Amino acid sequence: MSDSFELQYPGSALGNAPAPVSPSNVPNRGGEVNPSAAALREQFGDAISRVEVVWGDTNVYVRPDRALDVIRWLHDDPTQRYDYLSDVTAVEYRDADFPIEVIWHLRSLPFRRFLRVKAQLEKNAPLEVTSVWSIYKCADWLERECFDMFGIKFVGHPDLRRILMWEQYREGFPLRKDFPLRGRFSRAEQLRQALAANPEARYSMEELSIADAFEDLPTEMRSRLRGGERTGE
Amino acid sequence: MATQKRTVDVALSTTGVDAQGRPQRVPLVTADDGSPVAVEAPPMMEPDLAGEHMLINIGPQHPATHGVLRLVLELDGETVVRCIPHVGYLHCGFEKLGEYRQYNQILPLTDREDYLNAMGNNVGMVLGAERLFGIEPTERCKVLRVIACELSRIASHLVWLGTTCIDIGAFTPFLWAFQQREYIYNLIESWVGARLTPTITRVGGLAADIPDGWLQNLRTFIAKFPATVDEIDKMLTKNGIWVGRTIGLGVMTADEAINWGLSGPMLRASGVAYDVRKDFPYYDYETYDFDVPIGTNGDVYDRYLVRMEEMRQSVRILQQAADRLPDGPINVDDPRVILPNKSKATSEMESMIHHFKLVMEGPRPPLGEAYVAMESPKGEKGYYMVSDGTSKPVRWRIRPPSFVNLSAIPKMVEGHLLSDVIAINASIDIVMGEIDR
Repeated sequence: MSDSFELQYPGSALGNAPAPVSPSNVPNRGGEVNPSAAALREQFGDAISRVEVVWGDTNVYVRPDRALDVIRWLHDDPTQRYDYLSDVTAVEYRDADFPIEVIWHLRSLPFRRFLRVKAQLEKNAPLEVTSVWSIYKCADWLERECFDMFGIKFVGHPDLRRILMWEQYREGFPLRKDFPLRGRFSRAEQLRQALAANPEARYSMEELSIADAFEDLPTEMRSRLRGGERTGE
Repeated sequence: MATQKRTVDVALSTTGVDAQGRPQRVPLVTADDGSPVAVEAPPMMEPDLAGEHMLINIGPQHPATHGVLRLVLELDGETVVRCIPHVGYLHCGFEKLGEYRQYNQILPLTDREDYLNAMGNNVGMVLGAERLFGIEPTERCKVLRVIACELSRIASHLVWLGTTCIDIGAFTPFLWAFQQREYIYNLIESWVGARLTPTITRVGGLAADIPDGWLQNLRTFIAKFPATVDEIDKMLTKNGIWVGRTIGLGVMTADEAINWGLSGPMLRASGVAYDVRKDFPYYDYETYDFDVPIGTNGDVYDRYLVRMEEMRQSVRILQQAADRLPDGPINVDDPRVILPNKSKATSEMESMIHHFKLVMEGPRPPLGEAYVAMESPKGEKGYYMVSDGTSKPVRWRIRPPSFVNLSAIPKMVEGHLLSDVIAINASIDIVMGEIDR
């Protein structure tokens, strides 16, 4: 056994953090509320529209325009210290009138707490919410994926573009409920696009500018790229 | 003193003969009078290339990218200035597919996302589904699920170890690791019949109980496996090449690692002792006696040490689980999710209707949502499910640990050499099936 690292028994939690418990047999609704919810109510007032406990986890509904402030306060405040962003995602319900929810799963490693922050976006309004990239660097790819799958614009994200689908994907946002399972285009059209993809144009103009490689490309390809062709990733 | 550099013929040189007496040409540097002088550095032969950056593309079809990852690198000489990763080549739309499937039908999808940790994913998925149903599995089921998790953790770490060794240039540990992995897959095969895609769990229980004598085979594996870890440890940990190729690479400090959302061995190598099994335990992990290894420097070498120690700790957990495995049913007694006995389903009308409705319509959880996290070999793996009361989830989301871990690669490789990019990328332990989903 090597000796160059130490074994630690407890987690990274502080000494006064509650002991870990297995959440078994928690009720569907109700139960112990995360103390951060009350602190948020006190701090932000009516920006917190609703607090509920579902299967042992506390949901905090915030107004979308205040989401960044709320999360920044949760991150910075010494009594909260939600320093770990587990996940950023969104939910669209089957009910067509119900708004889309953007969800942040936050963890406080020092206090062993888990909080789910939700912002409801009306479907008819532009799907926009402020990016938390300035607080958590891990939001970079998670928000890009959320944008890719739901079309939610994260204002303030430094590089918001598709991540799992290719940039020229024109069929829409796959995880939206109005998106059919097989895609919007016909199989014939999907096949035609796949066969017509230009594997040479796999670099973005930004990448080609790295080495001034653009000028070294064949003339014909340069003209095609200059014309905005970006088929294939 | 004026010097000249010239090459003289061996015939004229007394030292120009090698040990076997064969003539050889030796360069001599002499002063004008023929006396030897110190050699000066040769004039710069190569043109000055400073300022010109190069574009290098790695992947998506490259063995060192562990799948279909594509990295576009901007190089200054051999130093990486910028790294632009591209993912998505293996996108299967599992999250979309999950919205069209019943909870038990989603399980085969979890086999295929992080395919090195298939059993662990099955367990995580039903952990979330059972939270939605409000079900607590039986004691025997919980212990068997812990065994499944830890076995697949060892298997996943062995693949990581073997492939990383190959990336860095050692081939032998790969064979040792894959031999042990084969034993694990034999155990899985004798349990459920499948090897890579076992789909071992069901909501409320397991697909199958362990067969007779299986526990004995597990104990044999537990007894023999640590010797292999020790052997690889002896070969690599103090190996000059291994240390030279891994130490000080891709350093993430503790604060950075938390802020970039790293989890699992990546986070613990940076000195943050966050382990879901300890901090937010599930399946009675708080009652098992095991340690969480943490590193200090957060570099590739510490990640290697942490993963090696995690395999030993997993063996400890396996040992305790095998000792405490109670008798009893593996499925909960809950008609909402568990099929009736097969003989009853073919002989009694009520049981047949029950069977039909469970298979055709599927179990229906109450309205609600659940985010469960489990410690996968890659890190914190989360399953987030939202139910609207029907038998299919409104939203089924995987929180992929290696996706988030990989998002930090531009930061980690910056300023390192091109050959170190391979070692840093290997240390993240990515599985593209999970990243692209």
